[in-house]
Amino acid sequence: MVDVPYDRIADVPPAEVPEVELYHPKSWWTQYVFSQDAKVIAIQYSLTATAIGLVALVLSWLMRLQLGFPGTFSFIDANQYLQFITMHGMIMVIYLLTALFLGGFGNYLIPLMVGARDMVFPYVNMLSYWVYLLAVLVLASTFFVPGGPTGAGWTLYPPQAILSGTPGQDWGIILMLTSLILFIIGFTMGGLNYVVTVLQARTRGMTLMRMPLTVWGIFTATVMALLAFPALFVASVMMLFDRLLGTSFFMPALVEMGQQLKYGGGSPILFQHLFWFFGHPEVYIVALPAFGIVSDLISTHARKNIFGYRMMVWAIVAIGALSFIVWAHHMYVSGMHPTFGFFFATTTLIIAIPTAIKVYNWVLTLWRGDIHLTVPMLFALGFIITFVNGGLTGLFLGNVVVDVPLSDTMFVVAHFHMVMGVAPIMVVLGAIYHWYPKVTGRMLDDWMGKFHFWVTFLGAYLIFFPMHYLGLQGVPRRYHDLGEAAFITPSVHTLNAFITVVALIVGFAQMVFLFNLVWSYFKGRPSGGNPWRATTLEWQTPETPPGHGNWGKELPVVYRWAYDYSVPGAKEDFIPQNQPPATRAVQGAAT
Amino acid sequence: MSAIILFMAVIAVIIGWWLSQQRLTAKPWLEEGSIDHFPGTGAMTLPAAKIGLGVFLAVASSLFALFMSAYSMRMNMVDWRALPVPGLLWFNTGVLVVSSVALQWAYVAARRNNMDGVIVGLCAGGASAVTFLVGQLLAWQQLRAAGYFIASNPANSFFYMITAAHGLHLMGGLVALGRTTAKVWRGAEMPQVRLSVELCTIYWHFLLLVWLVLLGLLTGWTDEFVDICRRLLS
Repeated sequence: MVDVPYDRIADVPPAEVPEVELYHPKSWWTQYVFSQDAKVIAIQYSLTATAIGLVALVLSWLMRLQLGFPGTFSFIDANQYLQFITMHGMIMVIYLLTALFLGGFGNYLIPLMVGARDMVFPYVNMLSYWVYLLAVLVLASTFFVPGGPTGAGWTLYPPQAILSGTPGQDWGIILMLTSLILFIIGFTMGGLNYVVTVLQARTRGMTLMRMPLTVWGIFTATVMALLAFPALFVASVMMLFDRLLGTSFFMPALVEMGQQLKYGGGSPILFQHLFWFFGHPEVYIVALPAFGIVSDLISTHARKNIFGYRMMVWAIVAIGALSFIVWAHHMYVSGMHPTFGFFFATTTLIIAIPTAIKVYNWVLTLWRGDIHLTVPMLFALGFIITFVNGGLTGLFLGNVVVDVPLSDTMFVVAHFHMVMGVAPIMVVLGAIYHWYPKVTGRMLDDWMGKFHFWVTFLGAYLIFFPMHYLGLQGVPRRYHDLGEAAFITPSVHTLNAFITVVALIVGFAQMVFLFNLVWSYFKGRPSGGNPWRATTLEWQTPETPPGHGNWGKELPVVYRWAYDYSVPGAKEDFIPQNQPPATRAVQGAAT
Repeated sequence: MSAIILFMAVIAVIIGWWLSQQRLTAKPWLEEGSIDHFPGTGAMTLPAAKIGLGVFLAVASSLFALFMSAYSMRMNMVDWRALPVPGLLWFNTGVLVVSSVALQWAYVAARRNNMDGVIVGLCAGGASAVTFLVGQLLAWQQLRAAGYFIASNPANSFFYMITAAHGLHLMGGLVALGRTTAKVWRGAEMPQVRLSVELCTIYWHFLLLVWLVLLGLLTGWTDEFVDICRRLLS
């Protein structure tokens, strides 16, 4: 092996990408509040999502208190319990996870990772955040309107969602639908930015196959979200018409309290189709960014290139495409034709293949890697294990004959919390520990981080593992009080109490995390520009935190893929993407 | 859900075709250094606004395809009574065609550096689009007067909802058209105007196409076509 000088003629000339006209803030207001800088917008998105997420966290405690110690907390009645589960689910899935991954991480990382100065439409990007904030405020306002928030369950199934027996029938459901419509409008503005920035504003040398998997994940998820959210939009508009104008899109003929309602002939199944045509891609809209981010965390903290990069990219694209033809596996109990059930069970099993490929590739990346058990790495490992667990129970539920008896039991609750609750949150937390130094210039405290990880990880298992058992026992979900039944054994109550205690402890650990975020901002150890010795472009900015316009005078030029870790013959164990190949090691040249 | 599945298949073909141009079989770990050997794999050179409009059209098409899916599922229920299409809709369709032609005129004029032609085209396009919207409102009025209220039958509900969705999209387009016209008014140079005019024209043609499809659906013309497709499939 010898070093030969690199042929300079074949080198890439300096950046010739035309400079975009950046918007320069003129006052404090336009710099920090009505900012058009994607990094500020990302932080605004993240803080708003975290704030409303905390509300959902508290709601989950209240639900657990009721389930663990029924009858002890008299202020939680059956209506409120239904309102809590509805708001908890809706907030966590849409207003926290979707907004955080795409609005938060997407805004911060896409321009930095592809070497752009900012998003391509900064004004629309700013508008996107403010519409999102409005959607969150409309949602939060339902806690204060007469009748309170809707208690229809996060799937908002008609006809019960807009009937008077359901709490929040007056204002709750109207504001919920309005808020969803606003969210989708806001997201579409942001989504256009993320997609076009990846398509059009990549710096010189950044081919699609040199993009970090984080960008691939967020990009594909955004494309999916842009195509899938209209289904929720249509469903929301139609239900709003049913509720406000008395149309019968979804509402069949009904007799309520002895009175014939004005509705007739509508199809509740139509709503389910529309909802799940959005709802299933939504699972992957949350999962794909997590897949991408976790790939980068594992590669960086195991000091090894990602195993099977091409296959990882193809798997992301394949999952994105397949996720649009599995939606009806959420509707096995709706009375569908058995052939349809067979079709959707098959597609559901097929989508497990690219997903399994990704899991194998993560494990093979770790294989003989130089694993640093940093906090981001711990969370990434936690994600893999949790995701495998949740995925396996998904195989159970994807099959019609197994799903039918398990439908609407705690087994389903355990499954989706594992696979799209805990697993993506693990990635969110790992990613925050990983990129916090870039955002603030300071490291998060390591001791608090490890405490946070172990309590969260072990706690999540203690909460959700027993739930599978409850589900197999037949314990139904969404019940305020289990009451007296032969299959509700004393062990069910003991387990429920145990789960509640653990849930409160895990919740406490999140407070430690929040404290860490604030404390480290002021007192954390200064991180320098590239504390993890990572290759991707965001770690190579001239300033940390990156200044307005991200890069100094010239845009970076990319010469290699994002995973040059531990390259044989290289001076250091990582080579940044923008480092020109000054010398090149040639295998076997000496012989 | 056949309309939306068909639409998704078209989108999948477009994305698949585009991805096939992007060397997804490359081995990036072996390709250190220059990318000049692989032209066309860098960032797109089209203006961001044009790509953005393209992506937005995909989103809007998805929305209308979903409306159509819902429509075709709901119309199979027993309570469906098709409503008579007001004759005014044919006039409105003609006006929308005129609007599209006028903007095409403006676009051709912009390419030929003929600023007067651009102004005429934009104003005529805008005026006829507004006429279309007024015509749609009148059609609503006629239906209401004839007793076809929004809640009296699902066919009526869909008619009002879908025409409203299309009208709102056109109103959004009018905002962009207004800004473009204002730019011309302030005496902007042709190169700054050309792209805006082009984007408005594309959007107008898109909305005309959507309207023709919706009209076929609402008047029941597409029923026969769908029947033939169904027979072919089964």
